[in-house]
Amino acid sequence: MTSSKSPAGKAAFFDIDGTLISTNVVHAYGYYAMNEGSVKGIVGRSLSTLAQIPLFGALNLIDRKIFNEYFYRQYEGLTEDRLLTLSEDLFEDVVKPAIFKRAQDLIDEARRAGCRVVLVTGALDFTMKPLARHLGADDMVANRMQFVGGKATGKVIPPIIEGANKANVIREYCEANSISLMKSYAYTDSASDYAMLTVVGRPTAVNPDIRLRALARSYNWPILDVR
Amino acid sequence: MRPLKTLKKLYDEESHIVITEKGSPPRVMFYGEDFWVEDLPVGTRVIFPRPPLEGVPNPKAAIRYAINHPHGMDPLHALLKPGMKVTIALDDISLPLPPMKLPDIRQTVCEIVLELLADSGVDDVHLVIANALHRRMTEAEMKRMVGEKIFDAYYPDRYYNHDAEDPEGIVELERTNHNEVVAINRRAAESDLVIYVNINLVPMDGGHKSVGTGLTNYESLRAHHNPQTIRDSASYMEPSKSQLHSSTERIGRVIDKSLKVFHIETTINNRMFEEPAGFLMKKEEDFTEFDRLKLQTFKYALSKMPRPMKRKALFNIFAPYEITGVFAGATEPTHEKTLEMSWKQYSVPVQGQSDIVIFGMPYVSPYNVNSILNPLLVQVMALGYLYNLNRGVPLVKKGGVIIITHPCYDEFDPDHHAPYIEFFNRCLTETRDAHVLSHKYEREFAKNPSYVHLYRKGNAYHGAHPFYMWYWGENGRQHVGKVIAAGAENNHVPAIMGWDRTDTLSEAIEDARGFMGRSASISFVHIPPIFQTDVRL
Repeated sequence: MTSSKSPAGKAAFFDIDGTLISTNVVHAYGYYAMNEGSVKGIVGRSLSTLAQIPLFGALNLIDRKIFNEYFYRQYEGLTEDRLLTLSEDLFEDVVKPAIFKRAQDLIDEARRAGCRVVLVTGALDFTMKPLARHLGADDMVANRMQFVGGKATGKVIPPIIEGANKANVIREYCEANSISLMKSYAYTDSASDYAMLTVVGRPTAVNPDIRLRALARSYNWPILDVR
Repeated sequence: MRPLKTLKKLYDEESHIVITEKGSPPRVMFYGEDFWVEDLPVGTRVIFPRPPLEGVPNPKAAIRYAINHPHGMDPLHALLKPGMKVTIALDDISLPLPPMKLPDIRQTVCEIVLELLADSGVDDVHLVIANALHRRMTEAEMKRMVGEKIFDAYYPDRYYNHDAEDPEGIVELERTNHNEVVAINRRAAESDLVIYVNINLVPMDGGHKSVGTGLTNYESLRAHHNPQTIRDSASYMEPSKSQLHSSTERIGRVIDKSLKVFHIETTINNRMFEEPAGFLMKKEEDFTEFDRLKLQTFKYALSKMPRPMKRKALFNIFAPYEITGVFAGATEPTHEKTLEMSWKQYSVPVQGQSDIVIFGMPYVSPYNVNSILNPLLVQVMALGYLYNLNRGVPLVKKGGVIIITHPCYDEFDPDHHAPYIEFFNRCLTETRDAHVLSHKYEREFAKNPSYVHLYRKGNAYHGAHPFYMWYWGENGRQHVGKVIAAGAENNHVPAIMGWDRTDTLSEAIEDARGFMGRSASISFVHIPPIFQTDVRL
């Protein structure tokens, strides 16, 4: 006999960039590029990143999915062990100082409310793992780089976590963990995460951009500032 | 022939009642951020407040006298020892209304007390705003309340808002004999002495309610901030007939057993407005031509302003309250004196109830200073505060009609009243039953991390607060047969509230007469300033 009991658990899903920290994926890649290991690699990757910043910005505005696909190609050729080592340094040098001062409070409040704390991010998993550990997150759903022979291919293992897909992974996560979507919370700073906000019962805008602020006002979602 | 003494007594008791006649002037009433000037039906009983009591000539001397001659405790200076830990708790911005002109009484009291503490070698002093689950006061509001000198010396490390959601900041004491949770601010609990500085506007305030409510958390407030307690309170403005007060007294007695609390309670008169808005303090019969001119000027100017500007203008009118009494010492004997003085100003004897009672709805309530009187707050003013301004017998008869004058606009302040928005649109549209709302949704809102965050780090009321606003109207809702919102600019807000609406006051009165009968008696409560009817049956 199958049980028709609705899931009782609840979770709080947090976007990371702009919501909990002030850095973004380009900043993280810049750090890897600057510490690539060889002079040629450092100069080549750093100059290439700098030159492409306007393009990254434009692609991000046009379509987050295209941006992600294009942007993660920059990682091609970087070794897995170096990225893993650098990610710890990246956290200490760049990410940790960029955590918004009230971000930890918000996460603690979610935990006290009985929520499972889950980070959902378009950043790469190895980059954000130290942050998840630091914030005390229970889980993280992030993009995963494909490695062949210990080297990054520049391709992200599908599905790419962004926009509408964030809503899908949240839904799947809830199904897999007996968590009620209606009782769950989502926190993000960007209107590009609109789907992630609408899939849960308790959406909240955090440090919202202009478009998300307008949406939050229209739908009467709470607006927080954790900066 | 009756002696002068008897005649004087009659005059004093009846001078605040005017029965409307054919030639009676139209009455001025608040309509949110505007004024209405309305003719009332012949026979309408207009109830006016008492004139303002005379203030004490030297407030500083009165404060010094009170702390040197306390009730049921040693004088303050005798309680102080060098090196001791002292917490001064202060009433928040919800008192008084409208906010008072400078200097705020709290500033005057704090200046005297802090000087005494310094002279006694007491340096470990914190000032905590007893805001309970109310919004945190802003920096500017905090500065205004205690003055620049104290603010600069104590803010932000030693002058701050109480945080009911700080997991490290609350201490639970023993429970009451009714198993009520007693929890208070850790800093206060660990102090050698707590000095509570109160402003008593209405008899609901002060006494055991000060520390037990102002410095506590959600779990403790649930003991009395619930639908049943409010239903069981004949009026929460009459402590002896209020279950709310019985509960706060039980909690307060446990606190008094564990902590040394020295109360400094102050009473103020009802001088809420002065020139150029002084006409609001007068009977229309006493208006001069100049008063009428000022009224029309106000009315015209307000009618031309957008609503946010009206609010800004009205919140810049500060009340010239005067201190009528300062009482200090142990909780109960001090508060007894405070209540006595409070009733002297606010209690107005009235013979008999009315079928229909009209309240002009002002722009301000305890929960929207510098903000919007949203629909839920209109409700709490109508069925919570104004209805309850009595001494156990409501002015309106059981099953009678309350008419309020307010646009009932669907506007909320997302910074101050974020949880109200969800409560109004999601919960209240499902049910108006306070018990159902309490059981089904209250805890969810109270524990919602977004609302907890907005309360702790922003300036929002706690997630449980909109529920309290609804419960606060519970005894009024149970008592009246109908509420009519005269001048409501939309249908849906009154409908969600379960009220009728009309465009004008005359239509509202007609509607109410249709409900209560053509010979229904009508009372108009002439506020501001506020007062409390002492209805004799």
